[in-house]
Amino acid sequence: MLDVLYGVLVAPVKDMAGSPAFLAEVVIGGLAAGLMYSLVALGFVLIYKASGVFNFAQGVMVLFAALTLVGLMERGAPLVLALLLTMAVMGALAFAIERVVLRPLVNQEQIILFMATIGLNFFLEGFGELVWGSNVKKLDVGIPDSSFMVWGVQVNRLELTAAITAAVLVAVMAVFFQRTRIGRALRAVADDHEAALSIGIPLNTIWIVVWSAAGLVAIVAGIMWGAKSGVQFSLSLIALKALPVLILGGFTSVPGAIVGGLIIGVGEKLAEVYWGPLVGGAIENWFAYVLALAFLLVRPQGLFGERIIERV
Amino acid sequence: MIYREAGQFKSTYASDQAVFPIRQDRIVVGLAVAAAVIAVPLVANEYWLQAVLIPFLIYSLAALGLNLLTGYAGQVSLGTGGFMAVGAYTTFKLTSAFPRLSVLLAFLLAGLVTALVGLAFGLPSLRIKGFYLAVATLAAQFFLLWLFNKVDWFTDYASSGTITAPPRTVAGIMVTGPAATAPVRYLTALAFVAVFALVAKNLVRGRVGRSWMAIRDRDIAAEIIGVRPLRTKLLAFTISSFFCGVAGAEYVFLYLGGAETLAFDINVSFLVLFMVIIGGLGSILGSFLGAAFIVMVPIFLTNVPHLLGLALPVALQKQIELMVFGGLIILFLIVEPHGLARLWQITKEKLRLWPFPY
Amino acid sequence: MTLRRAVIVLLALPVIAGPAAGIVSAQAKEMFVPSTVYRTGAYAPSGIPFANGLWDYLTMINERDGGVNGVRLVVEECETQYDTKQGVECYERLKGKNGGAMVFNPLSTAITYQLIPKAGVDKIVIHSMGYGMTAAADGRWFPWVFTFPTTYWSQASSVIRYIGQQEGGLDKLKGKKIVHIYHNSAYGKEANPTLEELARLHGFELTLLAVDHPGQEQKATWLQVRRINPAWVFMSGWGVMNQVAVKEAAAINFPMDHFIGNWWSASEADVIPAGDGAKGYKGATFHAPGSNFKVHADIVKFVYDRSKNIGPKDRIGEALYNRGVVNAMYLTEAFRTAMAKYGNKPLTTEQVRWGYEHLSLTEARLDQIGLKGFTHPVKVTCEDHEGSGPVLIQQWDGKKWSIVSDWIQPMREVVRPKLEAAAVEEGKKLGYTMRDCSKEN
Repeated sequence: MLDVLYGVLVAPVKDMAGSPAFLAEVVIGGLAAGLMYSLVALGFVLIYKASGVFNFAQGVMVLFAALTLVGLMERGAPLVLALLLTMAVMGALAFAIERVVLRPLVNQEQIILFMATIGLNFFLEGFGELVWGSNVKKLDVGIPDSSFMVWGVQVNRLELTAAITAAVLVAVMAVFFQRTRIGRALRAVADDHEAALSIGIPLNTIWIVVWSAAGLVAIVAGIMWGAKSGVQFSLSLIALKALPVLILGGFTSVPGAIVGGLIIGVGEKLAEVYWGPLVGGAIENWFAYVLALAFLLVRPQGLFGERIIERV
Repeated sequence: MIYREAGQFKSTYASDQAVFPIRQDRIVVGLAVAAAVIAVPLVANEYWLQAVLIPFLIYSLAALGLNLLTGYAGQVSLGTGGFMAVGAYTTFKLTSAFPRLSVLLAFLLAGLVTALVGLAFGLPSLRIKGFYLAVATLAAQFFLLWLFNKVDWFTDYASSGTITAPPRTVAGIMVTGPAATAPVRYLTALAFVAVFALVAKNLVRGRVGRSWMAIRDRDIAAEIIGVRPLRTKLLAFTISSFFCGVAGAEYVFLYLGGAETLAFDINVSFLVLFMVIIGGLGSILGSFLGAAFIVMVPIFLTNVPHLLGLALPVALQKQIELMVFGGLIILFLIVEPHGLARLWQITKEKLRLWPFPY
Repeated sequence: MTLRRAVIVLLALPVIAGPAAGIVSAQAKEMFVPSTVYRTGAYAPSGIPFANGLWDYLTMINERDGGVNGVRLVVEECETQYDTKQGVECYERLKGKNGGAMVFNPLSTAITYQLIPKAGVDKIVIHSMGYGMTAAADGRWFPWVFTFPTTYWSQASSVIRYIGQQEGGLDKLKGKKIVHIYHNSAYGKEANPTLEELARLHGFELTLLAVDHPGQEQKATWLQVRRINPAWVFMSGWGVMNQVAVKEAAAINFPMDHFIGNWWSASEADVIPAGDGAKGYKGATFHAPGSNFKVHADIVKFVYDRSKNIGPKDRIGEALYNRGVVNAMYLTEAFRTAMAKYGNKPLTTEQVRWGYEHLSLTEARLDQIGLKGFTHPVKVTCEDHEGSGPVLIQQWDGKKWSIVSDWIQPMREVVRPKLEAAAVEEGKKLGYTMRDCSKEN
């Protein structure tokens, strides 16, 4: 019994203290992984914030964006042109989604809209594969996936780039939401659809803007994840990794997605490296959810989520 | 004209409280049950039984369980796959440890074990609400699968890492195992789902169901009038997990014959949730309709090119199938957001007036 | 309102439309071979070349020779997306079609496990080539299941033998660190018991690192690898796990020529995303890569030039394409073996089973069919459905795979006893009884 307690509580901590450089690597790796999750979670947050829909199809949108980008580059378009075209495609997709899916279901409950995004998920899966094929494609945006040493700690260039991109993206979004007219309109719509409608905010345009923004975030996430594993169908499965981040940070909060990502990333890696070997490894997946659950028990709406005000 | 209640008077309380009070309903349901029990095993070929009907019945049972939890009690759960896995692995351990134990009893005992597991993972529901509760059940999903993967005891230290359905008989007829014929397995699954559907129907019509619906609609008000949230929510988790556990046991023992943990991964949880939402939250019939939709439409879409005489390359066919499936879901939601069960309800109401428009 | 009506009618269709039950009329001189594939979904990058290879070889046999000894092969593909449910549906739909399926190549360990109990009842041969249930290699317990030319356990022992060769002898392995990175599923865990036993026998330090499905995020795993700093890494991966692992290994500057993937982790799709970083990555295989064999020339001439192909011409000769070719080759040779005994006409499944069980592929025969040096000669017997199982090591040089070793024999003295014990266990679970091979022909 005492051995078990020692093994769980004391030994891993001693291990951590014993090689601080390695601990630093694990923490940095966790932060980087967490930021990659946040990139995906940001898309969810944007859409939930403005239209109250949990977009199940976000993972597939990431895949679709990456497929379009790589497909265009394979057909000879230079990177910048391909990026612009992909943004246009995601904008067109947003327009189509708003017309076909969101407008007819405008007043329905959350769970119905959630189901509609599930239908969208299947549709985009088939459509993306139909247009671009099922083979794995290499995504080369000019960032080498090599490492360099900083104070005895190995840092990966690709992850560093992803971290910087995420930071820039969040900053841009913060400015967008706080300082521009459209940002203000988005916040109004997130607060109360009907009130926003009654003061003249065009709901449909706002939705198109939001879904396009989510599409943009999907492109960025697709580039980062696609550079790591090649662009292929499995890219759509990263949405599952983003779920605990979303839940921890709160569905409606952009800083929550970042902070949540960092916490989950670091927590996951520390658990896997130091406690994993005790129980045979591969505990990352469920540990992330348990971590999110632990935080939720303290704050049931997520760290930065909107406080749920119960009315009788 | 046909579907009229006029003239049907009830003279006892019992007949008034019947599940199918209208005589026409009773006749139709009776015919349907007779067809399912007698006609189908005689007429259907093995493909229909093995690839369509048996999975339909098993998924209906799982959808029924999830509907009780999510549709009636309002607790979102994404752990269905994990609970089904608990049922399957428990049944495997029971049948291998007690070879004389009747396999049907093993299913029920496995359901009880799953109910306890569901109870444990339902505890966070007291603090967390809505979509956020999905995280507790997701933790259950991933943790349970990891557990079954890691701890070799669950597979009896098999080198293959999988569980297999051993040959077992009930009253002399082979029910599980390689020699069990498809009609026998079909009838077993049908019997289970029929009994459980009846149980569920009576649960939701009674005090328990009403307390669940009260918690779902206005949980604070429910608490004020005396519905105890702790008990009610935990009861929902327990009973729902019982259903899912039995469904999981049937999944391996009556359908697949052998499985590993990947057969119960998160996709199963999502699939059952889709069935419940499409079929109609808060409806027993909805669970069946949703399961039928999700199981049969892809098979129908796969077979359509053959029926039309087209020879498409398989990849193209599958991609079109996915697109059509997604499109159909969106179409159904636009036409009837409350699910197929509501469509059926509207049909019945129209039938009562038919042939008059109003 | 009309929309609602239309929807209700649409709903009724799946129920009314009957099953596309198989047309039972088999044309004279034809045999039906279903091909379960995954051309879409998460595993498509691996499934597509395999499916193309299988299709191309069988089509070539039809076009060049008019079939196997004059009996045409009817090939029909069925998409499973590597999903067990769809695998069941494909099996049930195709098993009785066109006069009955002769043999099934499930292409998926999960689907194989599902089909093994049915094989004996439906009497259809299951050929799970180098995958599936290793215990089924004992033909006395599983007469209808074949795993030749080798199994996961043999592969693990062969890889250890190769590592020993590279280190200067198996005795030099003592104290060396070897890591096995595996997909956290039944498939990934297959090699573990064998590796653990070999670690005991030869004294190397084995660390087992599991990667949870699907394996897109492996930072923690590779940090641990960095800390352990092993001499060699062996991987049993699948799908995106492979690509990410190769990238992560390159990112931590692990010497790629000490990183060996098993035969499902070493194909073109797995190394493409890593680009130059993957140079030197090794993999196990049981056939040669490349398209310089006479059979490839025939495939181009009879299939591509006649536009009967499904896939693109520039992907002939990929590792998994050749695997499909070798799978198809075993199939036709087994049919030929059966026809030598039962006559040049469409066979029954029992006869096909006999053919598989008495397959004896020699060097001379391989030369005859244009596959000289492509794969190892195979002899299947009643007890041994594995066919002795040696393995080759191939290496990626940035552009293509090439063989860098001779045929490495597995350690049969370690593997076979375990295999037989496992077969007894699995066979008893299904209620089988052991056959007596001496009593059969």
